[in-house]
Amino acid sequence: MIRIAVGPEPIDIAAEMELVEAGENGAVATFTGLVRSDDGVSTLELEHYPGATEAALAEVAAAATERWSLAAATIVHRVGPMRPGERIVFVATAAAHRGAALDACAYLIDRLKTDAPFWKRETRGAEPRWVEARAADDQAAARWSVD
Amino acid sequence: MRVRLLYFAWVRERIGRGEEDVDPPASLASVADLVDWLATTRGAGYAEAFGDRHRLRAAVDQRFVPLTAAIGAAREIALFPPVTGG
Repeated sequence: MIRIAVGPEPIDIAAEMELVEAGENGAVATFTGLVRSDDGVSTLELEHYPGATEAALAEVAAAATERWSLAAATIVHRVGPMRPGERIVFVATAAAHRGAALDACAYLIDRLKTDAPFWKRETRGAEPRWVEARAADDQAAARWSVD
Repeated sequence: MRVRLLYFAWVRERIGRGEEDVDPPASLASVADLVDWLATTRGAGYAEAFGDRHRLRAAVDQRFVPLTAAIGAAREIALFPPVTGG
């Protein structure tokens, strides 16, 4: 089961966990990304490319499902304005054993950072600023390359 | 050939709009050709948005492509900065 959700609503982890655990598989792994509060950011805004975003996330989830024989893969990404401490992204995988679930979970978050059309704009003080892409994110995604 | 253009993040802000329909000349072969045409014919905001090609990414009909990709019979072309989600 692949579940992709992109929207402005706060991410309800309990509801998402209920869905991903429903298959009663042996292993569930999750990752949650939060808005950082440690560097003076007051607001973070996420812009995206509707349609293309969901398609890119579904493609990443399908690739992980095939590679690790997942029973379930969930990607929930929030868009719009949010505050420090709020959840930006939640990723979950379900598999028969922990190795596949953990590796696939890391794969999903690494790949979505480079493959899905989201853009972050953060506000410190009065001045909003677009966040620059990081080379470390490209390297994290590249480590999953099989060719 | 009518094509819908979409702009995101600071590309959208510099151009001053998020989408528009244009009729590029048939001589334009690649996305990079389209970017050159926009930057040289449509005003300062476009030139500023497309000034640094290394910081520009594209999608043709919602598929990520390099700027060298052909326009072909594209219906929708998006131009935007490197992505920063997650």
